[in-house]
Amino acid sequence: MSEMSIPELEEMARKCRVEICRMTHRAQAGHPGGSLSEIDILCALYGNRLRVRPNEPNWSDRDRFILSKGHASPGMYALLSEMGFISNSDLESYRVLGGICQGHVDMKWCPGVDFSAGSLGMGLSFGLGCAIASRLENSQRNAYVMLGDGELQEGSVWEAAMAAAHHELGNLKVFVDRNRIQNDDFCEVQMRMFDIPAKWKSFGWEVKVIDGHSMIDIVDAIKWMDSVTDKPAVVIANTIKGKGISFMEDNPAFHGAAPSDEQLQLALKELGVAV
Amino acid sequence: MTKMAATRDGYGDALLEMASNDKIVVLEADLGKSTKSLHFRKSYPERTISCGIGEQNMLLVAAGLASSGFIPFASTFAIFTERAFEQMRNGVARPNLPVHLCGSHGGTHTGTDGSSAQSIEDLAIYRTLPNVVVMHPCDVVSTKVLTMQLPDLNKPSYTRTARNKTPVLYEGREDEVKIGKGIVLHNGSDVAIIACGVLVHEALQAAADLHAMGISATVVDMHTIKPLDTNLIDSLIELCGAIVTAEDHSVIGGLGGAVAEYIVSKKPTPMEQIGVRDRFGESGQADEMLELMGLKSHHIVSSVERVLERKV
Repeated sequence: MSEMSIPELEEMARKCRVEICRMTHRAQAGHPGGSLSEIDILCALYGNRLRVRPNEPNWSDRDRFILSKGHASPGMYALLSEMGFISNSDLESYRVLGGICQGHVDMKWCPGVDFSAGSLGMGLSFGLGCAIASRLENSQRNAYVMLGDGELQEGSVWEAAMAAAHHELGNLKVFVDRNRIQNDDFCEVQMRMFDIPAKWKSFGWEVKVIDGHSMIDIVDAIKWMDSVTDKPAVVIANTIKGKGISFMEDNPAFHGAAPSDEQLQLALKELGVAV
Repeated sequence: MTKMAATRDGYGDALLEMASNDKIVVLEADLGKSTKSLHFRKSYPERTISCGIGEQNMLLVAAGLASSGFIPFASTFAIFTERAFEQMRNGVARPNLPVHLCGSHGGTHTGTDGSSAQSIEDLAIYRTLPNVVVMHPCDVVSTKVLTMQLPDLNKPSYTRTARNKTPVLYEGREDEVKIGKGIVLHNGSDVAIIACGVLVHEALQAAADLHAMGISATVVDMHTIKPLDTNLIDSLIELCGAIVTAEDHSVIGGLGGAVAEYIVSKKPTPMEQIGVRDRFGESGQADEMLELMGLKSHHIVSSVERVLERKV
């Protein structure tokens, strides 16, 4: 596929941000904060790197993308719509009975979703299984996993981190959305995680720290991941929860709360939508 | 003399025999020597994935493999599978991925390791999960046959095997063993004893003892707890009109629970349960444990007498 330019990726992310706000507003529920912090990375990955076929979502040799922080589903759905896996009108089914856009991303419901998430600490292990499967088949496909930073408090993440390094899975690539906020409060308050890059290094991973909202940084980091082939690689992306909407930025209240009618209008205005 | 073998060896044999299917992969959590996946590892190391002592990770690595078209068989002690229950629930059962989990060393029959190793609730918890097939075979042959039928299911499963040897029942009778079909091992019309696993053998002994007392009992090996063979139970209700269930498992939620749930909705029938009575075990030899827990053939005989008093 042809690479998208940096401005094109940024425009794609802006459009996704609009849909994240609309979806959570429509449902009056959901998780806008973590969707807005992850979305630049998702756009760069899908727009520029992942070998996937929107018209053939179950193509067996596709790269896998596992959104372990599955509550940040509005971001994923907006992205899948932008990519053409689902239609824009499918976004209206978010959190609606019978809708393909379930509250948390679900591989049984939504085309283009590779993992049924919703319970934290599970996606890395699943991605590890996908990476081993790829290696057993001598395939070039990679498994990409997006973790939340609060999620790193789950012990099972570190079981998986240890196993991935042990098995020298160079085809396993991980992003940590380091937005510093979890459900109840800032991570620093809930459970301090100290030196996150050092933890991954000590588990045997290649580690890079970037600005998770700089499209240039993200695109470079994806290329850097490709250059690591003998061990798993993790990018710690420093992000801002609620990025792009002034009153949501760095605000724990918007981890799991929808914008009101008035807040939606404000948000859309900030995103350059004529209202 | 009766030939003896452990059901866990049936699991190990099945893995080896299925190995020609290159989609079969085996996952271990540092207990392959005990669950008997070690034979597969020796012959097919490239398709054996060591997950260290990390059961939660193991279940989801298996799920990832299954989502990529492989047929993973993961095993550890029954009790330690329970640590990964939510992984089994959310990561395997919910997306209906064909991951096959085997919990060895199930029940108090496991013996001297004591209560921390004696799973008495595994059948109950896995039975609550939609999509999951739950089995507890009683001999080495049926364990092998049932395990080899799992790849065709295309859905997840949990199989409990036992550590210690039990009499071999199905040599030359392999064709009778099918997932979801209970097997009538002894015919009688006064009472039906529905058993699984180790307790099938106690049930057969009980039937022989009852015969000497002038009571004729049907004995069923209900190796598949879910889906339950309700057609067979229907016929037992009609034929015998009294039921005793027997399992080396809590009386809450296992085979007895499954049968009771069914018959109350179908046709309430006098029923007694032989099982672990809401308590933990302790260290002891397998046979001593069955005695202590009230799971021996004479306990089954007593419960048959009780249930017959209530039979209309």
